Amino acid sequence: MTTRLILDIVFNGVVWGGIYALLSMGLSLQYGVARVLNLAHGEFIMVGSFLAFTVCSMFVGINPLLSLAIVGPGLFILGFLLHGTLFKQLRKSSPSVGAFEGSSLLATFGLLYIIQYAAKLEWGSLPANIHFLPTPIRILDVIVPTNRVVVLVFALGISLALYLFLSRTRLGKAIRAAAQDPATAGLMGVNINFVLALCFGLGAAIAGFAGVLHILCFPALTSMGLKYTLIAIIVIVLGGVGSIQGCLIGGLILGIVGQAVEHYNAMLAFPAFYVIFLILLLVKPKGIFGKS
Amino acid sequence: MNITTLTSKRFLVPAVLLLVLVLLAIAPRLIGLDHINIMTDLIMWGVLAVSWVIFSAPTGYMSLATGGFFGIGLYTSAILYAREGVLLPLPACIVVGGLFSFCAALGIGAVTLRLRGIYFAMFTFGVVEFSNRFFNWFELEIMGARGRNVAVVDTATLYYIALIIVVAVMVTAYLIKRSRYGLALQGIGEHEEAAAHMGVDTTRLKILTFAISAFFMGAMGVATGPRVFYVDPTTAFNANYTFLPVLMALFGGMGQLYGPILGAVSFGYLRYYLITKVPYQYMLIFGITLVLVVVFLPQGVGGLIQRVQNRLGGLITKLRKGGPVEQHANT
Repeated sequence: MTTRLILDIVFNGVVWGGIYALLSMGLSLQYGVARVLNLAHGEFIMVGSFLAFTVCSMFVGINPLLSLAIVGPGLFILGFLLHGTLFKQLRKSSPSVGAFEGSSLLATFGLLYIIQYAAKLEWGSLPANIHFLPTPIRILDVIVPTNRVVVLVFALGISLALYLFLSRTRLGKAIRAAAQDPATAGLMGVNINFVLALCFGLGAAIAGFAGVLHILCFPALTSMGLKYTLIAIIVIVLGGVGSIQGCLIGGLILGIVGQAVEHYNAMLAFPAFYVIFLILLLVKPKGIFGKS
Repeated sequence: MNITTLTSKRFLVPAVLLLVLVLLAIAPRLIGLDHINIMTDLIMWGVLAVSWVIFSAPTGYMSLATGGFFGIGLYTSAILYAREGVLLPLPACIVVGGLFSFCAALGIGAVTLRLRGIYFAMFTFGVVEFSNRFFNWFELEIMGARGRNVAVVDTATLYYIALIIVVAVMVTAYLIKRSRYGLALQGIGEHEEAAAHMGVDTTRLKILTFAISAFFMGAMGVATGPRVFYVDPTTAFNANYTFLPVLMALFGGMGQLYGPILGAVSFGYLRYYLITKVPYQYMLIFGITLVLVVVFLPQGVGGLIQRVQNRLGGLITKLRKGGPVEQHANT
């Protein structure tokens, strides 16, 4: 192994890590606050990718990054409405939090089918690409396409914005309160249904951002959702549910390990993630940053 | 509940069961061998749904590893009952495949059943996808070919084997439910700490029950191998085998033993119908059905029947007593 190879792996791993971090932050919001373990989360990423693809093929010559402005609000509204109707209803009819987690998990599995197959009918099952800044630039000793640098900067920027939103704003405080104890937060005057729907929508929007960033670097498939759902689950277990820093670090670890294993054999990347997951569940089931 | 309904139920239930069994046993003659394959398919879903219910319904631990244990069974049939050379007779293969799944479940259970709630679901959900990727790598890189062929067995034999397995799993489920272990499992589902304080060895019981349910999933996998002819990692370790049985059990209702079977038969048939009529939209329609079932039928069809029964029963007793039925009929 030369230094250049290691740098190459680390850089690509960091780019993937940025995308993984974003997509797991979305799931972390949905599961950590709204208590919905969203198995359709990966589908929101896929929809984000393909919406960007559609936008770019409708307006030829547009900067693909502008599609973030369409995808984000679009998926936010979708997520918000989903929670306002489906999950709110389930939450009302479930006797306990555990029962709600179980039934909402099954409902999201249905959503997975609906979104994935609707997308297949609309976009087919061939890989889609967006041609975006492929010119190589040189960083340290590695030569990388410019698009990856841009994607990394955006991923980190969106993460930082989310962190500031949750830690500095009044609404962010309400979200954190709802994550700790929804009933008490409700008594303190937080509109709990609104906050939960907001988190679900926000999670979907962030997944959409991750999807747009994904298609700027790598080809997207309508069937790729489930893989990213699983990765997001592993990352949030790794980082601890509800922790932004945890998602970032968990995402980076998975990204770098994934690239390293992929260099050896591409098919073993996912099993490697799973081995990490297994060891972690055995040693520290609440995650690296989770409070036990 | 008065004495007449008790006695009538005591004779009615076994009589109906016997009738159903006889009908099923002569079904190949009744509907012809061409359609028997669909019946075998429905029975397969029934076995998966009932064996899922054995563990997950009373304890409340949602296992999403069904596809993994079923896949182990499929692979057992592809190796021990291969088209290139049959190593063991089919019944022996079925037992061996079941035991493989049993052991795998013991391992998975020992590792993960310390985890509470959703972590268990998360972990078992990954098991299937992991096996898929891992076996894809193993088959391609180590063995040099992606899929395996299974030896041919005639349709009627496969049907009767499936029938035997479904009867075995139903009897097991019934016995567990009726025994003190069933009560202990129920206790785990309601309040695990309390059950542990009452002297239930919760961890051992959970792992053992998980393994028993896995045994039947694996056995059914072996029995399905010759029916699908060809086994490869992507078809064997498929998330459908995990989620459809859960959905079927949910649709049928888990409170009664016939619930999952009811769900498996109706949903299995719906699936078959949709695949043949609208092959491109079928998964879409299926997803919508799933969401609707979760939202509107939380107790399943079985729960609905029970509710109607209770209401009718109440109505009948009131009528017998000659009480003021008219005013309260709607309450």
